[in-house]
Amino acid sequence: MRVNVLYFGTLKDLFALPHELLDVPDGATVETLLSLLHARTSKQSEVWRALAVAVNREYAGPATVLCEGDEVALLPPVSGGARGRCGA
Amino acid sequence: MRVELGTAIIPSAQVLDEMKNASDGAVCVFDGIVRDNTRGRLTLFLDYEAYEEMALSQMRGLAAEALTKFPIRDVALLHRLGRLEVGETSVLIVVASAHRGAAFDACRWLIDTLKKTVPIWKKEHFADGAVWAAGEPFPNEIAAAREARETPK
Repeated sequence: MRVNVLYFGTLKDLFALPHELLDVPDGATVETLLSLLHARTSKQSEVWRALAVAVNREYAGPATVLCEGDEVALLPPVSGGARGRCGA
Repeated sequence: MRVELGTAIIPSAQVLDEMKNASDGAVCVFDGIVRDNTRGRLTLFLDYEAYEEMALSQMRGLAAEALTKFPIRDVALLHRLGRLEVGETSVLIVVASAHRGAAFDACRWLIDTLKKTVPIWKKEHFADGAVWAAGEPFPNEIAAAREARETPK
């Protein structure tokens, strides 16, 4: 089945694209998808340890089962607001 | 409740004015602005991007949650996207309440929670390069990281 994967922030730079359609096995979970993508990148990046995932615009845990056509967003730690973690 | 996400300049003074009501005893404002440096490194400008549909619904959820969590009358929560210059407002939170304590508490809770959970990122542009700002760790209930996966339930 196919899911639409969206990349944001530093992940968009890492994969050099904002989104892509990916084939995943039936019954794949968020964790399955993360492992597939992690294996594709040679570069070790801190970001994999700190990710959140949203399925169809809701935060989703690693055990969440994916369905055909799901929108799966990979979200690095967010930095909206006024400052980063060292700021006021 | 007023919640907005977009590239237009945030009219802080006007939003503040429009939030005031005769029954309020306090209006607490958090006006987050672009600083001219990060740990001494000179900032030229910031670029904010969001997972827009989700960010907006998260912001609406936060504003609604604040209204049930604290004894306050109304909330405005505005975040700007795109290129922001030094001194410009990136996020504006206004909380109106009969009493100041709840207004301060709600305002603080809103900015702290927004910065951990609303999918908005910023790229910091310096004279000698650009980097994505390091975000705060996600709360445990949101994180999909391996450590979180291995935490016994």
